Amino acid sequence: MATVEEAIPPGANPTRYHEEGHDPRRRDFINIAAVAWAGVGAGVIVLPLINQMNPSADVLAQATTDVDLSKIAPGQAIKTIFRKQPLFVRNLTPAEIAEADAVPVSSLRDPQTLEQRTKPGKKNWLITLGVCTHLGCVPLGAGEGENRGPFGGYFCPCHGSAYDTAARIRQGPAPLNLHVPDYTFTSDTTVKVG
Amino acid sequence: MVRTIALLIGAAFVAALGFALFGTIKTAITDPAPESAEHVFHVHPEDIGLKSAGLLGKFDLQQVQRGFQVYKEVCSACHSLKYVHFRDLTKIGYSAGQVKAIAEAWVIEQPTINPETGEAATRKNVPADPFPSPFANEIAARAANNNALPPDLSLITKAREDGSNYVHALLMGYRDQPAELVKDFPGSKTPKGLHYNPAFANLNIAMPPPLTQDGQITYADGTKATKDQMARDVAAFLTWSAEPNLESRHGAGLATVVFLAIFLFLVWGAYQNVWRDQKH
Amino acid sequence: MSFPWAKHYEPKQPLMRWLDEKLPLPRLVYNSIGAGYPVPRNLNYWWNFGVLAGVALVCQIITGVVLAMHYAPNALVAFGSTEHIMRDVNGGWFLRYAHANGASMFLFVVYVHIARGLYYGSYKAPREMVWLLGVVIFLLMMATAFMGYVLPWGQMSFWGAQVITGFFSAIPGVGETIRVWLLGGFAPDNAALNRFFSLHYLLPFVIAGVIILHIWALHIPGSNNPTGVDVKGEQDTVPFHPYYTAKDGVGVGAFFLVFALLVFFAPNLLGHPDNYIEANPLSTPAHIVPEWYFLPFYAILKSFTFNFLWIPAKLWGVLAMFGSILLLFFLPWLDSSPVRSASYRPKYRVFLGVLLLDVLVLGYVGGAEPIARNVIMGQIASMYYFAHFLIILPWISRSERPLPLPTSITEAVLAKHGETAHAEPALAH
Repeated sequence: MATVEEAIPPGANPTRYHEEGHDPRRRDFINIAAVAWAGVGAGVIVLPLINQMNPSADVLAQATTDVDLSKIAPGQAIKTIFRKQPLFVRNLTPAEIAEADAVPVSSLRDPQTLEQRTKPGKKNWLITLGVCTHLGCVPLGAGEGENRGPFGGYFCPCHGSAYDTAARIRQGPAPLNLHVPDYTFTSDTTVKVG
Repeated sequence: MVRTIALLIGAAFVAALGFALFGTIKTAITDPAPESAEHVFHVHPEDIGLKSAGLLGKFDLQQVQRGFQVYKEVCSACHSLKYVHFRDLTKIGYSAGQVKAIAEAWVIEQPTINPETGEAATRKNVPADPFPSPFANEIAARAANNNALPPDLSLITKAREDGSNYVHALLMGYRDQPAELVKDFPGSKTPKGLHYNPAFANLNIAMPPPLTQDGQITYADGTKATKDQMARDVAAFLTWSAEPNLESRHGAGLATVVFLAIFLFLVWGAYQNVWRDQKH
Repeated sequence: MSFPWAKHYEPKQPLMRWLDEKLPLPRLVYNSIGAGYPVPRNLNYWWNFGVLAGVALVCQIITGVVLAMHYAPNALVAFGSTEHIMRDVNGGWFLRYAHANGASMFLFVVYVHIARGLYYGSYKAPREMVWLLGVVIFLLMMATAFMGYVLPWGQMSFWGAQVITGFFSAIPGVGETIRVWLLGGFAPDNAALNRFFSLHYLLPFVIAGVIILHIWALHIPGSNNPTGVDVKGEQDTVPFHPYYTAKDGVGVGAFFLVFALLVFFAPNLLGHPDNYIEANPLSTPAHIVPEWYFLPFYAILKSFTFNFLWIPAKLWGVLAMFGSILLLFFLPWLDSSPVRSASYRPKYRVFLGVLLLDVLVLGYVGGAEPIARNVIMGQIASMYYFAHFLIILPWISRSERPLPLPTSITEAVLAKHGETAHAEPALAH
């Protein structure tokens, strides 16, 4: 069949432009509009299919963890769980605090002082996530008798990242210090994390 | 061959059905099924006209909050609401701080494990918790309720025919058993320990009337707490608890239907356009 | 294989030429649902429903795959995980309602598709294989739908599983053993739920495979049409694309509009309240019914209320219920009329109308209380169902005198437009 498009190139014959149904541009428009509209619909319907993989409301619900500090002696650390991640709570000895303070901040990969990583007047309580900032393994050093690495803090066995007594990255591939979550002291011996 | 076998099989089924039909008719005549009290006296719920009903209905949050108060002060003593979490209350207009306070002040505590000893314990509720069940398990629930099990209310308005209206009708349905019922159906006298309620499917319900008098609770918003008002409000709350996403569903539905109507218009135009030079 | 005038795929861009040499997938698509498939020009809107069934299957697979990311097939938590999807998962309520109502949409369009095949004789030679594969798809769909309904582990899920596996216990001798084997226990529990989930995830892909065979088999003789008359020449057909892609587009738009109305405004209309109660092995709901799309078959099952000859009523019911579907396999040979379309079969058309009404009555009875009036209605309707396919159809297909057929599709089309056959060139003006 010979179509109007072949007979009359678009715009070539302005006298036919207003004739209903004989305008090639008008004729194509409805087809293109329908297909484009369907394309928009297909694009929109993908959104819930992607969004459903985001954390659901129960996961996002702000869970908090209470930690009792009374049983942690100086030099000891405990591992607990905060939002499904390991949490390290460590009672630093004066020697460990001094060791952390002695390091020039400017020499660090992720410069932070021990003060910035603890609460005022509670400098001995180092509370961090136990998630190596390299690729997410749990570093050693919080458990009894575990290898604390060359800097006396934490040591990640997966790829050899070593953290110091302020849990700052000192050696190995990890880019950042161990993360300090939000927490508050609800009393002298209890902490609410989150 | 196929047709002969088919004829035989067809004849067999038709004969078996014919025999059954004869039997059914004979039984219906000689031994008709007796009328039941449920069939005669059961009443279907009246429409209470909730704002959430209807195609584009929205919750009346003030009413839902009042209904929550009824649940809290009356129903929660026996009925769990285990698929609803305290955090969900932010969706009916409470602030995060209010929700935290509601959770903390909730009478029934959340079961947990003592971190020192590993024994069962309870702790205060936090917004992330589901509403705690009043009974530890089904046996405890039955033991405390004359062997009846108070159902979980999270989904009750979706788990009953015409659920929102049903909740209201049930709560308002308690009355004395009509004399003609006992006269016509002597076997259907309400047993001891049960309560006559024609809105309930088998007429006799184990739950004692929960709403006993006007002013049973004092509404925070000052609304007069008549029995009917409380029954309506708690029906509104339970409608929300069963379908908390109703408003986003209605909103998304309107947008979708408009979008598709335009699509249908466009695609019909394209169809006409494509076929314009073809007879069919 | 196709008609000799079918257009040939000619890739224009170098990339498409390269792809066509290595993997002629675009060519396959072109020849099956593109411009390379000539289709009778007179198809009506009833021919949309095959494509709609395909669209429904795709919707079900997509929503199903994402729901499986959140659902937990364990009897302890299945009901709770469904509620988790409804309340906490982002857009989860939409996905679940779309999947639940999508099943109804799928079955509905397939029923219309089957009815269209019955009316226009699409099951007849040379399309018997298309029909047989279609019945296989239908059976697979029923199995998939049933197992999917079990997954939320509500009361209807549980008792549906109990009742439907109970069918197999009617088999003499080994029935109970088979039932226990199917369930992996003496009652539905974790074992049954897990295997149903596994199979529910598998079967849709099997269905997709059989659909490919169904379309393949269709493309050998080409599509049937409302006259049932064979395609005689090029003037009888138009290319599938753009003509039927555009027409199917209208059907798809209408399909999604109805689908959206259900999902967003009446998502529980076709469901049963009892399935919002968690499964309880100690208490059967007062009134158990299957989903609407099984009701006619359920009515047939219920209609056999008396032992007859040496066969117990229960076995009669189960045999009849399975028989009512399996007899469809023999339909191409039960109907020996050379005329396909019921439009030219005055008697068959009347009986087919009665059958449609009959199935609706069966559907009503399937969901109604078993009081005498309903049982009697169900028994009469079941009698007609079997009589229609096994007795009446073979008989009238021989005795009936068909109306005169048009000599070609083109002639029928022109007659519709008030023109005569000698005006043939007018077809494509």
